[in-house]
Amino acid sequence: MATTTGSTGFRQGLGHRLGEASEYIVIPALALIAALGLFGLFVALFGKNPLDLYFYMYQGAFGTWFSWQNTLTRAAPLILTALCTALPAQLGMVIIGGEGALLIGALTATGAALALQSASPLVVQVGMACAGMIGGGLWIVLSGALRQYRGVNETISSLLLVYIALAVLNHLVEGPMRDPSSLNKPSTREIGAVNMIGTIPGTDIHWGLVFGIIAAVLAYVLIFHTTFGFAARVAGGNLRAAKIVGLGVGKLILITCFLAGAAAGLAGMVEVAAVQGRTNANLAVGYGFTGILVAFLARHNPLAVIPVAILLGGISASGGLLQRRLGLPDASVLVLQGLIFVCVLASDTLYGRLGNILKGRS
Amino acid sequence: MADAASIGLWTVPLAVLGGAIRVSTPFLFVSLGECITERSGRINLGLEGTLVMGAMCAYGTSYLTGSPWLGVLAAGFAGALLGALHAAICGLPRVNDIAVGIALMLFGTGLAFFLGKPLIEPTAAHLPSIEFGWWSDIPQVKAALRINVLFLIGVALAPILVWALRTTRWGMLVRTAGESADAARAMGYSVNAIRMRATMLGGFFAGIGGSFLSLFYPGSWNEGLSSGQGVTAVALVIFARWDPKLCLAASLLFGGAAALGPALQSVGVTSGYYLFNAAPYLLTLLIMIITCSPKRTLTGAPAELSITR
Repeated sequence: MATTTGSTGFRQGLGHRLGEASEYIVIPALALIAALGLFGLFVALFGKNPLDLYFYMYQGAFGTWFSWQNTLTRAAPLILTALCTALPAQLGMVIIGGEGALLIGALTATGAALALQSASPLVVQVGMACAGMIGGGLWIVLSGALRQYRGVNETISSLLLVYIALAVLNHLVEGPMRDPSSLNKPSTREIGAVNMIGTIPGTDIHWGLVFGIIAAVLAYVLIFHTTFGFAARVAGGNLRAAKIVGLGVGKLILITCFLAGAAAGLAGMVEVAAVQGRTNANLAVGYGFTGILVAFLARHNPLAVIPVAILLGGISASGGLLQRRLGLPDASVLVLQGLIFVCVLASDTLYGRLGNILKGRS
Repeated sequence: MADAASIGLWTVPLAVLGGAIRVSTPFLFVSLGECITERSGRINLGLEGTLVMGAMCAYGTSYLTGSPWLGVLAAGFAGALLGALHAAICGLPRVNDIAVGIALMLFGTGLAFFLGKPLIEPTAAHLPSIEFGWWSDIPQVKAALRINVLFLIGVALAPILVWALRTTRWGMLVRTAGESADAARAMGYSVNAIRMRATMLGGFFAGIGGSFLSLFYPGSWNEGLSSGQGVTAVALVIFARWDPKLCLAASLLFGGAAALGPALQSVGVTSGYYLFNAAPYLLTLLIMIITCSPKRTLTGAPAELSITR
C-alpha cells in the first residue's frame, strides 16, 4: 500500500468532515466487496461460475419473501450476540464469548420454563427471558471481573468459557436435565407448545427479531445518550484519564459485561422459546461467533448492528441454496464469513487515510 | 493376558500418564510456536484455525501420497501461510492483532471444513510410533508407552528453542522486537520483517500440531477434531511465562487434564464425563487467575505484547 503524505491541510472544511463520516460507510462497503470478490475467485478455483454464486446468494438471502423471512429469523440471534461484543468494546474490551453466554442463557431459560410449568404462558415467557438474561449476564461478568480484579485477559477467558459452557450444557443435557424419552439426541424436556413465543402475525419470523431490535436501540441510547455510556466511552478511550476524573471503572466494566452477556443470554432464550422448544447441542451452531463478526463490521455501533446482522443472516440463509444449486459444501458460508472478517480488519488501516491513498494513486 | 482388574487402581494414573503423552503433542507444538511469535511482540489468537487447517492438510496429503510425513510437512506449510497472512495484515498501521487472530480463527476453520469435506470418509496413512513398553506384559503399560515420533521431536524442540532464543543472532532480534520495537528499528532492522518470520514459524509449528490430531490421535479428519486446543495452547504460553521449557511442562499437565475424563471412564466412572472434558479449559482459567495480577506486568512478558498491557 502506498504511503502518501498528500496534503489536505488547506481544505479541512465541511467537505473534509463529510468525508470522515462517509468513511464509516465507504470503507466497510469496500471491505465487503473485496471479500465477495475473493470468495468469487475462490469458488472459481472449484470450477463454479462466480456470477451464478452471487445470483444464488442474492436469491437465497433477499430474493423472495420466503428467503427474507429466513434471513430475518437468523438475524435475530445475531443482533443479540453482536451486542455481547459491541457493548464491552465501548470500554476497549474484546469479549468473544457470546456463544458461551448464549448456551448458558438457553439452559437457564429452559430451567425457568420447566420450573414455572404450571404458570400462565406469559409468566413462563417473562421468567424465561429474565433467567436467560441473568444466566448469560453472570457468565460474561466472570470475564469482566477476572479482567478487573485479576488482570486476566478477557478475550482468552471469554473464549475458554465458551468451551466450559458447552461442557456444562452437555453434562446437564446428558445427566440431571435429560428427558428420558430423548434417545439418540439427548435433550431436556420440552418447554411446551403454549409457552413458545410464536411468530409475528402474517409472517414466519419469530418475535426474537423484535427483542433484538429493542435491545439494540436500548444499547444505542445507553451508550450515546446517558452519562453511563459517556463514562464508558471515556474509560474506553483513555483508562488513565477515566481513573483520574474518578470514574468507577470496575463498576462500569461489571455492569457493561452483565448487559453484554444478558443480550447473548436472551439470544439463547429466543432460540429455545421460538425455535428449538428445548435445550440440546443443536443450540451450538455458531451464532455467538458470527455475532463477533457482526459487531466488528458494525464498528461496535449498536444501531449499525441491526442492518449488518440482517446482511450476515442473509449470507447464512443463502448457504442452503448454494449447497443445492452449486454443490458447494455447507462450510462455504464460514469461508465467506472468515474472508469478510479478514478484509474488514485489514481495512481498519484505511481510516483517516482513504482520501490520501486515493489521491496518491490518481 | 492381564485385564484391567489385575493392575487395579493403577489403571487411572497410567491412563492419565499415557494420555498426557498422547494428548499433549498439539498443545506442545502450538505453544512452542506461539511462544516464538509472542516473544517477537505479537500475539496470534488464530492458531486454533491453523491447528484445524494443519490437521486437514496433513490428512489430505497423507491420503493422496500415502506418506504421513509429507502430510506433516504440508500442514506446516499451510500453517506458515496462515501465519504470513496474519503478519501481513497486522503489519498495516492501526490494525489490532487480537482481532485479526479471531478473524483467522474463523477463516482457518471455515477453509478447513470446506476443503476437508471429501476427507471425512477415506482413511489416510498414520504417523508411526515407538513402543517403549515392550518390556511389559501389561497392555495398559504398553498402550501408555506407545509414543509418537512427533512428541519426541516436540520434546527435543523445546530446549533447542530456549538455546536459539538466548544465544543466536535470530533469537536476539526476536527478543529485541518483542521488548522494544524502537530499539530494533534503531539498530536498522525492520520490526515487521522480524515479526513476519516469527509468526510464520509459529504457524508452521501450529500446523504440525494439527497434523498430529488427524494422523495419530484421534487419527481421522472430522469437523469436531479440535475444540479449543489451539486457544488453550495460546493461554498456556502465558502460564509458561514465554519460556519454551515451561511450555513443555505445561503441555504435559494439560494433556494429563484432558486425559482424565477418558481415563476415569475406562474404569467405569462415567458420571460427570462431560465436565471432565472441560478440565483443560478450567485448568487454564484457574492458572490464569492464579498467575495474573492487575497490579504488575507478568515476569517474562515481552514489553510490546498487547495482551499484557
